[in-house]
Amino acid sequence: MSVLEAIAQQRQSAKYRIFQIIKNWKIDISIRMLIILLFMAISIFPFFYMLSLSFQPVGDILTFPPVLIPNKPTAVNYIQAWQENDFATYFINSMIVSFGTVIGTLIFSVLTAYGFARYKFRGREFLFYLFLASLVVPGILLVIPQYLLMKDFGLLNSRRGLVLLYISSNLAFSIFLLRSFFESVPKELEEAMRMDGVSELGILVRLILPLSMSSLATVAIFTFNGAWDEFVLAYTMITSAGKRTLPMGLALFLGEHTLAWGQFFAASVIATLPIVLVFIVSQKWFQQGISIGAFK
Amino acid sequence: MAVEEFNMQHTTLYRKKVSLNMRHLFPYLIILPGLIFYLLFTVYPIYSQFQISFLHWVVTPGAVSPFVGLANYIQAFHDPVVLVAARNTALYIIATVPPQMILGMIAAYLLVTKIPGAAIWRAAIFLPVITSWVVVSYLFSYLFNSQEGLVNGALSVLLHKDIVIPWLQDTWTANGVIWLLAVWKGIGWSMVVFLAAFMNLPKDQIESARVDGASSLRVWWHVILPSLRPVITFVFVMLVIGGTQAFISIFLMTQGGPANSTQVMLTYSYQQAFVFFNFSYAAAIASIMAVLTFGLSVLFIRVLRERG
Repeated sequence: MSVLEAIAQQRQSAKYRIFQIIKNWKIDISIRMLIILLFMAISIFPFFYMLSLSFQPVGDILTFPPVLIPNKPTAVNYIQAWQENDFATYFINSMIVSFGTVIGTLIFSVLTAYGFARYKFRGREFLFYLFLASLVVPGILLVIPQYLLMKDFGLLNSRRGLVLLYISSNLAFSIFLLRSFFESVPKELEEAMRMDGVSELGILVRLILPLSMSSLATVAIFTFNGAWDEFVLAYTMITSAGKRTLPMGLALFLGEHTLAWGQFFAASVIATLPIVLVFIVSQKWFQQGISIGAFK
Repeated sequence: MAVEEFNMQHTTLYRKKVSLNMRHLFPYLIILPGLIFYLLFTVYPIYSQFQISFLHWVVTPGAVSPFVGLANYIQAFHDPVVLVAARNTALYIIATVPPQMILGMIAAYLLVTKIPGAAIWRAAIFLPVITSWVVVSYLFSYLFNSQEGLVNGALSVLLHKDIVIPWLQDTWTANGVIWLLAVWKGIGWSMVVFLAAFMNLPKDQIESARVDGASSLRVWWHVILPSLRPVITFVFVMLVIGGTQAFISIFLMTQGGPANSTQVMLTYSYQQAFVFFNFSYAAAIASIMAVLTFGLSVLFIRVLRERG
């Protein structure tokens, strides 16, 4: 048997053929694409359906079997939810609370993280680990004592009270993230500025912060997202309708308006849009924030 | 002349002294606002939750709440609903953590190589992660609605007969829907973490293993998985802690029903506090969960450290 014949025989063998198919890039990538598309379809489909429902008139929503694509799309659900059912107010409340939380968290966590990153002082390690400890005690476990504390402070049913608790719950993660970034800024620059007589706060504002914009963005985005979606504390503490945030407004809406699913999903779309927008604009920072815990 | 010189020396000395003091105080001053905030709104509540759990909390303002020792904890261990809730919390973790990890890893693996439109697919799979729990909980309870829900509708069309399964009114189908929601919402998160991990894989090692003729399965088992171990542990820990936190979906979809059979620890604690006003009993249940979660995390971190 010549060498060529041997090779030909080998090529004939079933094993080799399968091997070649797997090796074939085009087939490989189409299988990958198929699975990815399946993943995507499963992730997206409920949102597609929600969007479709939000444009359906009440009659279509309650038919069986359900309508997948609206026959006559209408914006009536959006108009009713926004104008008559106060979702405009809830939207503004959510904005106030979320921006308040972002600003407060940034100020407190920048200062504290800078202290931990750049100065040696007694008790530093202990205090830092004290902050870290709360990362493993989920905030939701503290609803009862936080509710009672706010009651003592007379801050129940106030947006300010919510902001205070939200800031506190965001501090640990933000300080952790910012400290590790601040530590990576070269000390020589700082010393040079100090020689020039720039104050400690001046160094922070003029040197460190401009270099940390992407980390600050990560903190801001995560904090905004968390405050925007927070439900349990808001639901527990806010009692007057005029102070509701979007998540609690949504949760209470169905109890107050039975079967108004169209309006509910229209309001859900309104509540989801800002987060999706933030996410599209800032994907990079989102992923940085998520993966930082895994690699630091 | 000499006086001026002396004065100048004196002032510079004085300045140095002040700035030295400032230097020492400055770090404390800048961590103080954050620290006060944190102590007041996070650390103090942790402490006061334990404290309340040893009392019999009286809601009336000004009234003294008597100390009852471990009575609330003893009550919890004899409460059949706590048993069901503990079971459901455990099952929630068992049923949702492995699928999230495996599916997240598969999605990450598929997206790590060059594929047309990878950024879009990644964003789409991540969408459930950033959407509020309130929105998706109601969305799922609408999909699994017994009357006009899409799932029963699709089944009816497929099977050519009217299917009216009361998904959320039966213990195990309701738990199933709750778990399905958790997995669906969580895949994107572990995908992103694994994706970052795949980017940092030791490419030389994988290449040389391939060149040496190792099958892709062997490369996975001997090279890729070991180098992913810290990340896998991290994802596992985060998801287990997340599982103990399960609340909103159950609270909104089943309210713990039917007959408390889908209750988890936190929904039961919340109900005891804010429906029945048994704050101390609720605090005891939450404290048990806090100790468990903290203990688990410390244990995991230890294991992670020991393995280097």
